[in-house]
Amino acid sequence: MDFATIVELLDSAVRLGTPLLLACLAGLFSERAGIFDIGLEGKMLMAAFFSGAVAAVTGSAWLGLMAGVGGALSLSLVHGMASITFRGNQLISGVAVNFLASGFTVLIAQSWFHQGGRTPQLSGSGRFEPITLPGAEAVKDVPVIGQLYDNLLSGHSILVYVAFAMVPLTWWVLFRTRFGLRLRAVGENPESVDTAGISVVRLRYTAVAITGVLSGLAGTYLATGLAAGFVKEMTAGRGYIALAALIFAKWRPVPALGATMLFGLLEAISNRYPNIDLGVVNLPIQFMQAVPYILTVIILAGFIGKAIPPRAGGQPYVKER
Amino acid sequence: MEKTPKWIDVALIPLLNLLIAFVISGIVVLLIGENPIEAIRVMVDGSLGSPYGWGYTLYYATNFIFTGLAVAVAYHASQFNIGGEGQATLGGLGVALVLLMVPWPNWYLALIGAMIGGAVFGAAWAAIPAYLQAKRGSHIVITTIMFNFIAASLLNYMLVNVLRPRGSMDPATARFPAATHLPTFHDMPLIGQFFGKSVPANVSFFIAIVACFLVWGLIWRTRLGFAIRAFGRSEPAARYAGISPVKIVMAAMLISGALAGLMATNNVMGEAHRLVLNSVEGAGFIGIAVALMGRNHPFGVFLAALLFGFLYQGGGELALETSIPRELITVIQALVILFTGAFDNMLRGPIEQFFVARANARKEA
Repeated sequence: MDFATIVELLDSAVRLGTPLLLACLAGLFSERAGIFDIGLEGKMLMAAFFSGAVAAVTGSAWLGLMAGVGGALSLSLVHGMASITFRGNQLISGVAVNFLASGFTVLIAQSWFHQGGRTPQLSGSGRFEPITLPGAEAVKDVPVIGQLYDNLLSGHSILVYVAFAMVPLTWWVLFRTRFGLRLRAVGENPESVDTAGISVVRLRYTAVAITGVLSGLAGTYLATGLAAGFVKEMTAGRGYIALAALIFAKWRPVPALGATMLFGLLEAISNRYPNIDLGVVNLPIQFMQAVPYILTVIILAGFIGKAIPPRAGGQPYVKER
Repeated sequence: MEKTPKWIDVALIPLLNLLIAFVISGIVVLLIGENPIEAIRVMVDGSLGSPYGWGYTLYYATNFIFTGLAVAVAYHASQFNIGGEGQATLGGLGVALVLLMVPWPNWYLALIGAMIGGAVFGAAWAAIPAYLQAKRGSHIVITTIMFNFIAASLLNYMLVNVLRPRGSMDPATARFPAATHLPTFHDMPLIGQFFGKSVPANVSFFIAIVACFLVWGLIWRTRLGFAIRAFGRSEPAARYAGISPVKIVMAAMLISGALAGLMATNNVMGEAHRLVLNSVEGAGFIGIAVALMGRNHPFGVFLAALLFGFLYQGGGELALETSIPRELITVIQALVILFTGAFDNMLRGPIEQFFVARANARKEA
């Protein structure tokens, strides 16, 4: 494998890892606030559809982005009402959100566009086009550094850069601001937050809304950046891989970057090399596809470090009367 | 505090929640420019209006009884088994292996073998998440989700690389020998004359009904069932009473996985006569809706499975006869899960308050 191939693989890892990263950070806000969210898949799918549909009709990727985020936010609201206001089972609500998105997107897509549950092909300003970073053209022939800059760093759509910027931003918000401290506290010990006179309900709704925005970006990137339009079930389990990455990263933003890029790289490798012959064993493509899930189970089992979720995760908060 | 009458919990609230789910689905149908009344007519006509329709409705219902019971048994031990899909997938693998590797002389011996194969494979697939939950505290919801995906990859591998007959391009096993084909409703005495040759409903429907009785007996009439319920209500109390959490979680999940695996006697052995990719078609997830709707009681599961069987068959007819895609059923399913599961407290609070207030007023009068 030569250097150019490696750069190409890494480049495609970044592309494929970006929706995972956005969805993973989305889940991070919610779960850090004590709201389990297995509905990331559904929110991404909803965002992918609405961004694809609106971008196709208006020809503007930015309007698509707003619609995508709106779609994901509406499901966030459903999940928030179920888990915060009505103190229902958050896992069941997540399952419902996923099915709601899976059915609703196809139903509406068929009704609006009559193309068998897809949206029209996007082109031009309907997509988030790759951005060439300044000087990429000039340094492209410089060995190694130039190649890396031109092929790996430059030439992604704006949402990729936004996703990467979200990592330090999330870290800063969670660990360096008052809001972040409260958000983490409400996921560990909501009683203490309540005692301090801060509204648990409002904090949790805010967290769930941030989850909606970020998973909206993830879905929008799928339909308007990675692909050119929405197709039925286009998230293809990415919401669950993001959930796996979140556990892998032990609910921390910087490791989330590492985990999602690792999973992105695995996908890139299995796309490029369906069978990997290691001499002793031949790894089939199906194994490569299952690796993120197997790794997550191993991590959850605590054989490589222990993944401990936020303590109040999954429990509805009942204010003392 | 006054207790509200039982019928409110088991009948009124689920029915009201179901009604809300249907009303919202009706609004969705209106939004996409179709007539909801006409949609209901097509669905009822297509699923209940003819023996042919019933043959499909009961076939789907059989799948959902198994997966619904699977979710319900685990739920009694406060375990949310979201892995029915993967367990039923593996059950299919077990059934296929048993039927292809043993030269069965007739269908009933084959059925016994297939039931064992399906149940063992399904239980085995539930065993690892159960063990990790019981021993290492790994959240069972996440591990069972992961195992669904691993099961899909494993089945894909087995079908493409191992079980595919030589020369075939189709990722599927060879056809099962004719001797192992289960009698369908058409082949049965008394009822056979009503059903056409092509109906897929078969003897495993009756096995599903037997499974309902057995699960009822297990949960409410055995020592293990008592321990499962005690553990499900309060883990510390059960532990204090000397009930081993590891044993209960393992037992409940193994039974749950076995029930999900048994589904393969219907869809793989009874209908497809071979194992194909994605043979479960989401029935594992519908089990969640069925168990929620049926309040985790076998009789409730049976009724809810019939309802979903009707929805599935009706949804198929809907896609054929109108321009409403069959994904409408996914929306209805999502709304049923949402309202009977996650939004349960929305109606429960006000309704219970109303009945308590009424009971108190009566006492004072």
